[in-house]
Amino acid sequence: MIDWGAIFSNAAVELISPTTAAYALAALGLAVHFGYTGLLNFGQAGFMALGAYGYAISILSFGFPVWGAVLVGIGASVVFALVLGIPTLRLRADYLAIVTIAAAEIVRLLFTTNTFEPLTGSANGLSGYKGGFAALNPIPPGSYGFGPFEYNAYDWWLRIVAWTIVVLACLFTWQIMRSPWGRVIKGIREDEDAVRALGKNVYSYKMQSLVLGGVFGTIAGMIFVLPRAVVPSNYQTSLTFFIYAILLLGGAATILGPVIGSMIFWVLLSFFSGFIARAVEAGWLPFMTSIQAGQLRFILVGVAIMLIVIFRPQGIFGNKKELAFVK
Amino acid sequence: MSSNPVPSSKPVKSIDLHIGEAEPGCKKRDPILIADGVSRTFGGLKAVDVDHVEIPRGAITALIGPNGAGKTTLFNLLTGFDKPDTGSWTFEGRSLSGMPAFKVARMGQVRTFQLTKALGLLTVMDNMLLGAKGQSGENLFRAMLPFFWRKQEEDNKARAIDILTRFKLDTKKDDYAASLSGGQRKLLEMARALMSEPTLVMLDEPMAGVNPALTQSLLDHILNLKTQGMSVLFVEHDMHMVRHIADWVIVMAEGRVVAEGDPHEVMRNPAVIDAYLGQHHDEDLGADPSAEKEHVVAIKELLDDEL
Repeated sequence: MIDWGAIFSNAAVELISPTTAAYALAALGLAVHFGYTGLLNFGQAGFMALGAYGYAISILSFGFPVWGAVLVGIGASVVFALVLGIPTLRLRADYLAIVTIAAAEIVRLLFTTNTFEPLTGSANGLSGYKGGFAALNPIPPGSYGFGPFEYNAYDWWLRIVAWTIVVLACLFTWQIMRSPWGRVIKGIREDEDAVRALGKNVYSYKMQSLVLGGVFGTIAGMIFVLPRAVVPSNYQTSLTFFIYAILLLGGAATILGPVIGSMIFWVLLSFFSGFIARAVEAGWLPFMTSIQAGQLRFILVGVAIMLIVIFRPQGIFGNKKELAFVK
Repeated sequence: MSSNPVPSSKPVKSIDLHIGEAEPGCKKRDPILIADGVSRTFGGLKAVDVDHVEIPRGAITALIGPNGAGKTTLFNLLTGFDKPDTGSWTFEGRSLSGMPAFKVARMGQVRTFQLTKALGLLTVMDNMLLGAKGQSGENLFRAMLPFFWRKQEEDNKARAIDILTRFKLDTKKDDYAASLSGGQRKLLEMARALMSEPTLVMLDEPMAGVNPALTQSLLDHILNLKTQGMSVLFVEHDMHMVRHIADWVIVMAEGRVVAEGDPHEVMRNPAVIDAYLGQHHDEDLGADPSAEKEHVVAIKELLDDEL
């Protein structure tokens, strides 16, 4: 028989997991790019990879402190954003999309190649960089929490830090998007020539937006690797598309959308995979092996995203009125 | 042509703008914009090839010509939206050649577009506020701290309401610009340009796609720009409108300036008739005597009202 309790508690755990926080932050970065500025960045996985590797390599190979490693990751993503933006932001939006998707793959393959194995660990990735972060933990050792949310001190520390960063990033984005800066950014999304004709340096604003959203992605990449190891195959293009799915689910030009979208995405994903795996075990789906069942959850996620885009294109938090005018 | 604007008041024409004969490239008493040797080719086609042209200050100048004469291309070149192959031009004595569009706009030369560019998913008020110049809150670092820009934002809002009221859009200030009608968007675009306090307003076909009822109000707004001390350069096809409000007319054909002069006289210029005859030998160039009569009647009625 199916153990519903385990399925639901495994799903509930995802609600506040650091992975959910990382995806929320990466999606918030995409909201800045795509939702507010209209930049089609398909390389968010590349920004996340830079954060993950920048953090891990600085600590493992160069013995940097935590703050130094964080700064290295952020610096790498600023440089990456400038390299992507300088040639493409003067061109039409599509060119940025093509360049970012390719650049993110280049980044991933550079981290995978054997040439840099001493630094990057090649396809095996990196681990053993968590000491510095764990040492900062003020929570005394032990186990805390209730029900499915029972963790040790490190896990709580990680969750607290991750969600604090997400909340701060949300407040920051909310504040700048209601400022005159945000108005220019939204104007660029609507028609950059009109904004240019009003005396705004559109190129500079697009660059600022690209760097800002990229830095969010990079910090998300660091949060993402703190509960696991750095593995290059995590940063495939599909990562970017999952983040886009989260963004569209929550609402592209919203602050809470990426956060709630990420929670729903991970809870549903965990629920589907738990349910299908157990249903196959229990013989409910005789035509399916357990390997196939592992893939089915992504098919269900795909269907769910299609349904959202068709029936609620503005996302959960998006303003219906805004979309009434979209051709 | 059905759109035959009846003046709500007789516009005061600026006269005596030029020095010497009214011929292509003639000198103006007080030019605001001077262009020299501007050319732009698209493949084998020479779209713009202007030797010398001066735009007078404090007057309404119309740029007319048949389709494909290079009016919009010249507009794009002068405003920095396109780069010329050769040429230089100065605005208020400062060289503008090679300057990007946003810097041109900051210097006080603001343009509108032939196809209206209202920022659809921004409210009418946000559209207006975007036009204001020198906003400290448009810097990312100061944007985080509202006390740097709140005061300026309030001032800008008050000014925006003032302008919107003049354009009768104040009741729409919280609506999305996308919900406005085509004519209202034209008005909004012009109002937004005014927020930047320009010295030269460049309107690319302000009447295109505007219904006759709204034409009159648009005309009045353009005339008001002059009253408020701005110079206006506009591209237009409607000859009645050109004759009615323009103080000076520049005629382009095949990329060149073929005639300049007072709106009434320039229509009689053989070069202008040639330029249009090639394409529309049946088009009314504004020499239609019945239209003339209508204007005279309208003006007489107004004079009678005043007496």
